[in-house]
Amino acid sequence: MNLQPTTLQKIDEVITHYPVKRSATLPLLHLVQEDLGWISPEAMEWIAAKLELQPINIYEVVTFYPMFRQKPIGRRHIKVCRTLSCALTGGYKVCAEFQKQFGSQPGAVSADGEVTIDFVECLASCGTGPVVMIDDDLHVKVDLARAQQLSAQIKAGAKARSTP
Amino acid sequence: MPAPDQHRLIFAHIDEPGYSHDLACYQKHGGYAVMKRAFARKPEELIDEVKRSGLRGRGGAGFPCGVKWSLVDRKSGKPIYLIVNADESEPGTFKDRYIIHQDPHQLLEGTLIACFANNVKQAYIYIRGEMPLGARILEKAIAEARAANLVGPNILGTSYSCEIYVHRGAGAYICGEETGLIESLEGKRANPRIKPPYFPAVLGLYQCPTIVNNVETLCHVKHIADMGGEAYTKIGTPNNTGTRIFCVSGHVQRPGYYEFEAGKITLGQLLYEVCGGPLPGRAFKAVIPGGSSAKILRFGERFKGKRKVGAELVDYDWGVEDVPMDFDSLGMIGTMGGSGGVIVMDDSVNMVEALANINAFYAHESCGQCTPCREGSLWMKKITTRMVHGTARAEDAALLKSVADQIPGRTICAFGEACSWPTQSFLAKFGDEFKNYSETKQGSPAPATLI
Ligand SMILES: Cc1cc2nc3c(=O)[nH]c(=O)nc-3n(C[C@H](O)[C@H](O)[C@H](O)COP(=O)(O)O)c2cc1C
Ligand code: SF4
Ligand code: FES
Repeated sequence: MNLQPTTLQKIDEVITHYPVKRSATLPLLHLVQEDLGWISPEAMEWIAAKLELQPINIYEVVTFYPMFRQKPIGRRHIKVCRTLSCALTGGYKVCAEFQKQFGSQPGAVSADGEVTIDFVECLASCGTGPVVMIDDDLHVKVDLARAQQLSAQIKAGAKARSTP
Repeated sequence: MPAPDQHRLIFAHIDEPGYSHDLACYQKHGGYAVMKRAFARKPEELIDEVKRSGLRGRGGAGFPCGVKWSLVDRKSGKPIYLIVNADESEPGTFKDRYIIHQDPHQLLEGTLIACFANNVKQAYIYIRGEMPLGARILEKAIAEARAANLVGPNILGTSYSCEIYVHRGAGAYICGEETGLIESLEGKRANPRIKPPYFPAVLGLYQCPTIVNNVETLCHVKHIADMGGEAYTKIGTPNNTGTRIFCVSGHVQRPGYYEFEAGKITLGQLLYEVCGGPLPGRAFKAVIPGGSSAKILRFGERFKGKRKVGAELVDYDWGVEDVPMDFDSLGMIGTMGGSGGVIVMDDSVNMVEALANINAFYAHESCGQCTPCREGSLWMKKITTRMVHGTARAEDAALLKSVADQIPGRTICAFGEACSWPTQSFLAKFGDEFKNYSETKQGSPAPATLI
């Protein structure tokens, strides 16, 4: 486990927010995932030890909550809302467009390792559908043209990195 | 009759140019003055103001907030916790998002007043995981408030101390249900608890008395403390006091969030005038008035009965357009005001596809503890999915109904009802579209791209 010093600091701080250590399970999982990108079996054991729990206590939480990942994802994470209001305004088409742009299926990492597309449930911005979250940023009213634009930006970012 | 003007109480500063989410801006607009005055009063008086106000919870059930607070076990000697429900997970609902992102101090002030009134020393804001920016804004707001002695020990020099922390969820809808939320905050799977005995007011977080209130509800508390419970009842209609924020999505010209006095605007005024009516060349077909689990209404159907107006019983004969937007009126016509999420569908929508979309949501989100909910939601999804994909069977409509009818009342939490109501109401209102699906196998009209 190679967590950055700032992550370790945040972990120690967040545990103090609760009278019972176990409550820090979700915050620790978030912090570890933000740092390492995913939750490995080793990470689960580490968190369990940190909170004086059994690894199963962490494992059952990781498997319950959709946001925790047990394998690495692409460098950018594209989440397209699947639920009704977005679907009514074209969410399915938008998801298909991202799939076409990156040649990958929902849940899988694209061949070049750049993106993972997920078709997720309601993101609580239904009035501006279709909505898409890319990493931590919400994009609203994403029609096909906007999806293409966003894809181009992601591709340009990838290119910039590979040609220093 | 023309629609009334919006009455922006909670959303007074939302989208106001120049209004920012930092403390300085909030204080420039009079922020925390209400809290200061409230802290000079007796906590019981504040609870009385909230009772008198008639405030009903904005998270979904519309339960009277003052009553909820009076159920809290204050004799146990255990600490009392307050949890702000910022999970905003009911599809079609997006009001709390704007409060959190644009006016977080309003929420903190309301929360602190509620905490003071109930002698709470520790509050948590449970925010859905998909709002990382919102969580950061709230954390920054709390840090600012702490630096200004508005949160933490001896607030404003009084003997009252209160801490607030932000706790992030991780993408599970069931964390919106209050006992599932509590389990999640304890670091476990969000499996809702059985009531009784686990009423949060008695056995909540860490088995201590706990108040769970929605973000918007707590903002209303601030305004009630400001104007007084009596004055608050002058806004809205009897038993549906205050304002309501409607989140309109789907097939209207101007989707968005609109705040009106509760019960003073009809569904028709909201959709035609405020939201600009259907998209060009389209007509409204159906509307879900209170979040995706609320029972659907079909344009053209009529509702008749008697209702109380003041002390008298009067007849009503309403079309969908005529229904006043309040908890009681929507309840009377067999649906609910719920969380205020109004989802609109026009005549391009194939109702089987729309239901298949909703059923996929509930099947994905069932926590899995109760067999009727776990299996039933999955079967409803499977049946509607196969209908959409052209392999419908003759018995499917009847089968769907029979599965849906066997869930409500047989589960630990209200998710059981929430997942069966869409199927029950779609079949009741649009049975014709479902019945002969296996023979007609209607293709969806061109713009509909649901599944
Ligand atoms: C399945 C389910 C999901 C819910 N989701 C939410 C939610 O996202 N936000 C919320 O405030 N209340 C939600 N509720 C209602 C809460 O259980 C609880 O009643 C509410 O937070 C109480 O706050 P209030 O009295 O201020 O409305 C949900 C209830 C159920 C049964
Ligand atoms: S009704 Fe559904 S969501 Fe609620 S506890 Fe039972 S299985 Fe879980
Ligand atoms: S349905 Fe897409 S954000 Fe709610």
